[in-house]
Amino acid sequence: MLQGEHYLVFRPVGPVGQVEKDLIILSIVLVLIVIIPVILLLWHIVWRYRDVPGNTAPYDPEWSESRVLEVIWWGIPIVIVGILGSFTVRDTFFLTKPPERTATPLTVQVTSLNWKWLFQYPDQKIATVNYCEIPINRPIQFILSANGPMNSFWVPQLGGQEYAMPGMAMRLWLQANQSGVYYGHGANFTGSGFAHMTFHVIARPRTGFDGWVRQIRHSAPVLTKAGYQNLVHPGVVAPMAFSAYAPGIFETALLKEGGMYMKRDLTILGRSHSHGGT
Amino acid sequence: MSIFLPHFPATFIITGDPLIYGAEVSIVLATVGILFVLTYFKKWGWLWREWLTTVDHKKIGIMYLIASLLMFFRGGVDALLMRTQLIRPNMHFLQAEHYNQIFTTHGTIMILFMAMPFIFAMFNIAVPLQIGARDVAFPYLNAVSFWLFFLAAMLFNLSFVIGGSPDAGWVSYPPLAGLEFDRGPGENFYLLSLQITGIGSMATGINFMATILKMRAPGMTLMRMPLFSWSVLASSILIIFAFPALTVALALLLIDRLAGAHFFTMFQGGNPMMYINLFWIWGHPEVYIVILPAFGIFSEVVSTFSGKRIFGYSSMVASLMTISVISYVLWVHHFFTMGAGPGVNSFFAVATMCVGIPTGVKVFNWLFTMYRGRIRLTVPMLWAIAFIPIFAIGGATGVMLAAAPADYQYHNSFFLIAHFHQVLIGGTVFGMLAGMYYWWPKMFGYMLNERLGRWAFWLFNIGFYITFLPQYLLGLMGMTRRMYTYPADMGWNTLNLISTIGAYIMGIGFIVLVLDVVYSMFYGERDVTGDPWNGRTLEWSLPSPAPHYNFARIPTVTSRDAWWTSKQARARGDAPAKLEPLQPIHMPKSSGRPFILSVIFFIGGFGLVFNWYALGFLALLGVLISLLLRSLEYDTDYYVPIEEVEHTEAALGRA
Repeated sequence: MLQGEHYLVFRPVGPVGQVEKDLIILSIVLVLIVIIPVILLLWHIVWRYRDVPGNTAPYDPEWSESRVLEVIWWGIPIVIVGILGSFTVRDTFFLTKPPERTATPLTVQVTSLNWKWLFQYPDQKIATVNYCEIPINRPIQFILSANGPMNSFWVPQLGGQEYAMPGMAMRLWLQANQSGVYYGHGANFTGSGFAHMTFHVIARPRTGFDGWVRQIRHSAPVLTKAGYQNLVHPGVVAPMAFSAYAPGIFETALLKEGGMYMKRDLTILGRSHSHGGT
Repeated sequence: MSIFLPHFPATFIITGDPLIYGAEVSIVLATVGILFVLTYFKKWGWLWREWLTTVDHKKIGIMYLIASLLMFFRGGVDALLMRTQLIRPNMHFLQAEHYNQIFTTHGTIMILFMAMPFIFAMFNIAVPLQIGARDVAFPYLNAVSFWLFFLAAMLFNLSFVIGGSPDAGWVSYPPLAGLEFDRGPGENFYLLSLQITGIGSMATGINFMATILKMRAPGMTLMRMPLFSWSVLASSILIIFAFPALTVALALLLIDRLAGAHFFTMFQGGNPMMYINLFWIWGHPEVYIVILPAFGIFSEVVSTFSGKRIFGYSSMVASLMTISVISYVLWVHHFFTMGAGPGVNSFFAVATMCVGIPTGVKVFNWLFTMYRGRIRLTVPMLWAIAFIPIFAIGGATGVMLAAAPADYQYHNSFFLIAHFHQVLIGGTVFGMLAGMYYWWPKMFGYMLNERLGRWAFWLFNIGFYITFLPQYLLGLMGMTRRMYTYPADMGWNTLNLISTIGAYIMGIGFIVLVLDVVYSMFYGERDVTGDPWNGRTLEWSLPSPAPHYNFARIPTVTSRDAWWTSKQARARGDAPAKLEPLQPIHMPKSSGRPFILSVIFFIGGFGLVFNWYALGFLALLGVLISLLLRSLEYDTDYYVPIEEVEHTEAALGRA
């Protein structure tokens, strides 16, 4: 039932989403160990001990302690939390690293604007709005920021979300191992146009991706500083592409809004330009 | 209003929307109606003497209850409006701006103006009676708490028709809620009304902590105290330590908005993440503040209607206190996705899972209280039994959400919405409704109608599952919260339709509940014994409703379930304890100042919403004068003479 085509969280197409899905399944199994007995017990107890005439079930109004029972219902949950906690900690640390160590990551800078998503490719030097393309089988380093209210960048089939905040540059590792078009949306309320912050991530094989980049470079207009200001202006727009963009757009907005918090974020940005993997 | 303020722009009074016009007209009509009725029946004196100036905890509890039910209605209407908008994709019932205001007011009202007053109603109605006290430790402060809450609620509700409602979500994150993106007064209404009601809440926390620690009847050690009073103690401690964080968060954001400061702005070094931290340092304990009293009520109800002692009393006390301590170190789980780093996220993830352990222990203790008991399926017991599966599932999804990497997928989706509604409705609302049905005869002297109560229960309970179970699935399908509409091709349509139908069923259940209240006012079965449920705790030893001084003689307590022990002794034929001679009873005097003080806060708050500093300053002066007058007041109490006590007791059929 949950494998239906619309259950995006249960249909990951890459390693990040897969790790998260596995943890979700584990957590469901573990909590069922508690829920099912509770509901069955409740059913049985309410039925058996009802105050109806002729009920011969034992009535023990003073019985109120049992060491054995206490050990069971403190002990089993502690074990469950121990198991789930260990896998959670393991996966939390795991997800901060690139999903694959061998491949070179691709960097995409993402800016949440009111009410659209701007994607900039610092290595390919192109930009898009409300959609982005990525190669499959390669870790993608999304550097998230906002020039506007705090948003959250979420592509359920690739993996979990992370906040895009003004003055901050947050790194999110995602990867697609299958070609396809994947639904994405903002996941933290940013005002009246928030419901329209849909975007799509199109994953293609490497040659397809390179071809797409070339095509954009040859045919799309340039994103000037004035054009960028138009995007900053509140409104909803259709997907767009740009063959080049005015230098420093991303960094300038970040600095203007983040000033003193820049050290860590500058490091993230600095690393994002290297071709050395992690 | 505009005839008195002709020079204000048309946006001051909201125009141009049929829903709001309707509300404005209704408000005017209702106000005129109330004024007319009071004048025609010459009830102004009665209103002032009996209600506006009372410091009696029982009456304050009733006022909290009425206010919370009224706010439940408004919050519920907000919910139905939202669900109607989401019944199909691309509906045009509500525009984005309206929807955004409605989800903001829905959340704010339900948590701060429905759940908090509902628990305070239960605190006030039951705690002094359970512990054998004549009132709370600080009756005047108790009245101040109520009126501050009430006028704050009025201020918040006023925004619907004057100035515009807040629209940045009930959490109100900057920079969205800051001046850069939200210039209107709506957000200021939010900040000021929450600040004012927060003062009242903090005072209640202090009041009940002092009451429980210092005013228990002789012989009632803490470990002989009813579990509801324990839960109130735990909740009060949480209130005292959590609300200051909210006070600071709201104050700093207000300073940003009124004075152009840069605590949380996008530019000039502001840091919005700091607001989020401060808000949730309050916000997480807040949800435990509202759930612990529900746990306390369930302990009373399950024990009474199983005819059996509560299982594992010490364990129940330990788990209450453990939950309240642990709840302080969970707050980051509300923003795992804000990128705090794996170490921080891991800590808060594991801590959050840990809080499920004592909670689960409580569920098992309730089950084994019923085991080998004799279960009577009265309406309060129905609410308690229905709570168990809902809370088990809600708690389980809480543990699922606690796994931080999983939360990266659930955060801000409908999965999250389903979880918190599950625990807040199934826990807090069901608990408060159980408490309302349980203590209603003690408050009013008659029972709520059993049949209507069952109908309300079943409609609400079944409606709940139909509304919220589909929402877990919607979250897993990628549906984000706070979206006023959604595309037709995501596969979300059917589940949204089902969820909306469930919401309407819940709405009908609420209407039946109100019908029950109204019907029972006229036809409710009288409670002549004071102990209609064969209860176990001291409040059932009093007549219904209790006389204003509660206990003619403060009882001496020798065990847990003091009233049950007393009844057992009488049934065994033990000689009754010799009755002490009556003494004059020391009671506090009524005062109009709490009401007036709160009106002054309202005026000041209203002024600050619109940056009218003169009005704010005048109000501040008014507050200071009021405090000064109170501190110079020496005539604050009186003694009820013995004759009056004898007369009252005799009229109630007691010795």
